[in-house]
Amino acid sequence: MSFINYSSREINCKIVYYGPGLCGKTTNLQYVYKKTNPDQKGKLISLATETERTLFFDFLPLALGDIKGFKVRFHLYTVPGQVFYAASRKLILKGVDGVVFVADSQIERMEANIESLDDLRINLAEQGYDLDKLPYTVQYNKRDLPNIAPVESMNKLLNPREVPYFEGVAVTGPGVFETLKNVAKQVLTELKKHY
Amino acid sequence: MSSSDLIMYEEEFSRIDEELQKLYVQTNAMVVFLVDKNGQLIASAGDTSDIDTTSLASLTAGNIAATGGIARLLGEKEFTILFHEGEKENIHISLIGQRVILVVIFDKRSSLGLVRLRVKKASEAFVKIFSDITSKSEKVKSSDSFDESPFAEISDEDIDNLFK
Ligand SMILES: Nc1nc2c(ncn2[C@@H]2O[C@H](COP(=O)(O)OP(=O)(O)OP(=O)(O)O)[C@@H](O)[C@H]2O)c(=O)[nH]1
Ligand SMILES: [Mg+2]
Repeated sequence: MSFINYSSREINCKIVYYGPGLCGKTTNLQYVYKKTNPDQKGKLISLATETERTLFFDFLPLALGDIKGFKVRFHLYTVPGQVFYAASRKLILKGVDGVVFVADSQIERMEANIESLDDLRINLAEQGYDLDKLPYTVQYNKRDLPNIAPVESMNKLLNPREVPYFEGVAVTGPGVFETLKNVAKQVLTELKKHY
Repeated sequence: MSSSDLIMYEEEFSRIDEELQKLYVQTNAMVVFLVDKNGQLIASAGDTSDIDTTSLASLTAGNIAATGGIARLLGEKEFTILFHEGEKENIHISLIGQRVILVVIFDKRSSLGLVRLRVKKASEAFVKIFSDITSKSEKVKSSDSFDESPFAEISDEDIDNLFK
């Protein structure tokens, strides 16, 4: 649910990073935070366990600039990827405008990727959203590791609809902004269709 | 896009602002906020210069969402009021009309009783304002009168420029 304020001339959109545990969702936000000008970002809030696993969500507000005199803000959230945090994941998806699915490219995580994608689809459907109609971008993360699946086979498994996808190395940055930019663009394009 | 997009126009915004100011004065609070259920700040009254309002809005919404989840597990519909007591400051959070969250931060110059009472009154006003907002945005959506829409002429270039 985007929030368009004609009085303060602001548009707020919510983007959620989804994916299996340890795939690199939080790392994506940390990189965006690190590379964004101080005047364009708020605090990065992480509600995490002592071992730095996301417990409820990470939150990063970005104010990138203006479009037609409206200040455009993106609120980035990550979900906790661990299977047993299912209830929290559902809550974070409320009011989402765009989704980034971060997949872990390591071969041994393919099962977890598929499971998480199913979970995403079901949780969205529960809130009345259809993943196939939502602004949606896929990131194949951890491309720096040796034991990774080829992109083509990941596409077959995780991206049958052939939405935009990016190879990423969230720890050092490749793919991080490309992914964000792509989903943000889809969100704004969607708004344009409706208002 | 979801049909529950929130579109705020000048007129309703100033009504909201007025109600918030009133509540702020009447409760003798330090600061009052109105936050959308998804964590976006709508308006505030009082001195917010020392407060990270964006973070506060998002965490408040997370808080309401989490307790809402607990409520459903217990077979309750929702917990509509949360109260947290600190050493110096207290925070009163209430859910209004399933849609927005009213936050009152106060210290010993006010009291929980007073806050409760005034919040209840203010809630009724906010319910009315937000139902007006909903019907107005539905009207605008169906009437095709997008004259003021900032999106009509959005170009790819505009979007690219955001990420320079
Ligand atoms: N080698 C490598 N490691 C990465 C990459 N991205 C993230 N990691 C590491 O993977 C681990 C988990 O990353 P997080 O970002 O915390 O994962 P998450 O998806 O937020 O996990 P949950 O919060 O449990 O859902 C960390 O140690 C990261 O440094 C990457 O591209 N390459
Ligand atoms: Mg995380």
